[in-house]
Amino acid sequence: MEFLRPATWDEALAAKAADPSALPISGGTDVMVELNFDRHRPAALLDLNRIGELTTWERGTFEGQRGEVIRLGAAVPYSRITAELSDALPGLAIAGNTVGSPQIRNRGSVGGNLGGASPAGDAHPALLAAGRDVLVEAESVRGTRLIPIDEFYVGVKRNSLAADELIRAVRIPVADGPQTFSKIGTRNAMVIAVCAFGFALHPPTEHRALGTVGTGIGSAAPTPRRAPEAELFLTEELAERGLWHRGGLLGPAVIQRFGELAAAAASPIDDVRGSAAYRRHALAVMARRTLTWSWNDYTQSLRSAA
Amino acid sequence: MRVTFRANGRQVEADDVWEGESLLFMLRERLGLPGSKNACEQGECGSCTVYLDGATVCSCLVAAGQVQGREVRTVEGMADPDTGLDPVQQAFVDAGAVQCGFCTPGLLIQTHALLDRDPQPGDNDIREALSGNLCRCTGYEKIMDAVRLASARRCATPSEATP
Repeated sequence: MEFLRPATWDEALAAKAADPSALPISGGTDVMVELNFDRHRPAALLDLNRIGELTTWERGTFEGQRGEVIRLGAAVPYSRITAELSDALPGLAIAGNTVGSPQIRNRGSVGGNLGGASPAGDAHPALLAAGRDVLVEAESVRGTRLIPIDEFYVGVKRNSLAADELIRAVRIPVADGPQTFSKIGTRNAMVIAVCAFGFALHPPTEHRALGTVGTGIGSAAPTPRRAPEAELFLTEELAERGLWHRGGLLGPAVIQRFGELAAAAASPIDDVRGSAAYRRHALAVMARRTLTWSWNDYTQSLRSAA
Repeated sequence: MRVTFRANGRQVEADDVWEGESLLFMLRERLGLPGSKNACEQGECGSCTVYLDGATVCSCLVAAGQVQGREVRTVEGMADPDTGLDPVQQAFVDAGAVQCGFCTPGLLIQTHALLDRDPQPGDNDIREALSGNLCRCTGYEKIMDAVRLASARRCATPSEATP
């Protein structure tokens, strides 16, 4: 086995181009488990720890994305996302705070979650809920490709990266409304999600007349996915009833229906962590809860602004 | 390959390191630092917790080659040759928080990091900070006592706080 230690991003891209089978390692919280148990022995490890820019983030505006965006370096650890980005990216910060343990959160990163593309990765539901204009910056010696989050996950532990590409950063719009995340597990720490749900409200603005909502389902389908029918139903309901402008009660029928549609979007399996039926049930519950939490926050914010 | 880094303030060098080897293996088997314990090898148990450049990590999940040129601190580096045990270690002894001792090195490092960040943690903060460290002997109550004791002593004598 080779251990490649590029000192710069350009060196890393060159190394990946020269040996596309080289496995990138950053926090190591997934890669090292595979190695320790001898489940996988790559021909080469490509250590990204030396590349400082991967652990930085910036806030700005970027072409192709509306409004302010966080460009989050692929290797910014979850502990820093929670400490530094709870206001800008609340959904991701909450999800990140449920990853493993403090020790794991000091090493694990969104880039690692995306690279591994496990359906159980905690970041995925939050990224999906944050909007369709979340973009993964994939880079190679050939150039930069911006992959919309909806096109990123293609199969169980498979993503749409080309063999010579590395993840440089993720561009996530700064939250424009309440966001939250819910996850089912057997305890409050060290849990791989039985299933998880991310939810975000995207209220109307002067640039966008129609308010929308975002959803993300984790651990209940071959890939992380959104619940498009649930999003559409709620988006129409909120618009038709003028609820964005005055807030107030959604009513039990809407909340119930939203939960049903969210659960229907999943295609879970029975496995060691839970049954398909349990996952569907839990998803409906989490969808109802996250909607209620977020909508209450939104109504509260309207009242305190008034 | 050869890996050179600082362990407990001392420059160390390990030779013939396998490229897929963990920091934990290198510490225990090549550098004579067996304090960090090897149990789950998947980051579940926390018994291999060490400081890497000031952040606590599971050393079983860090590739040995990744620590080249970096700073590692293990349980072996906690006690001071002149003043004896670190106050966190002393509190674990005094509170009876050590039974078989296997999880202790990881708990000591993680507790040390917690008290550096938050000298007076509440019980929920302690439980959260130690949520990645499993102990199968104590039922955690004595460990909670030890952390509270270390915190109380530290706050009572701020001038003697650990560096």
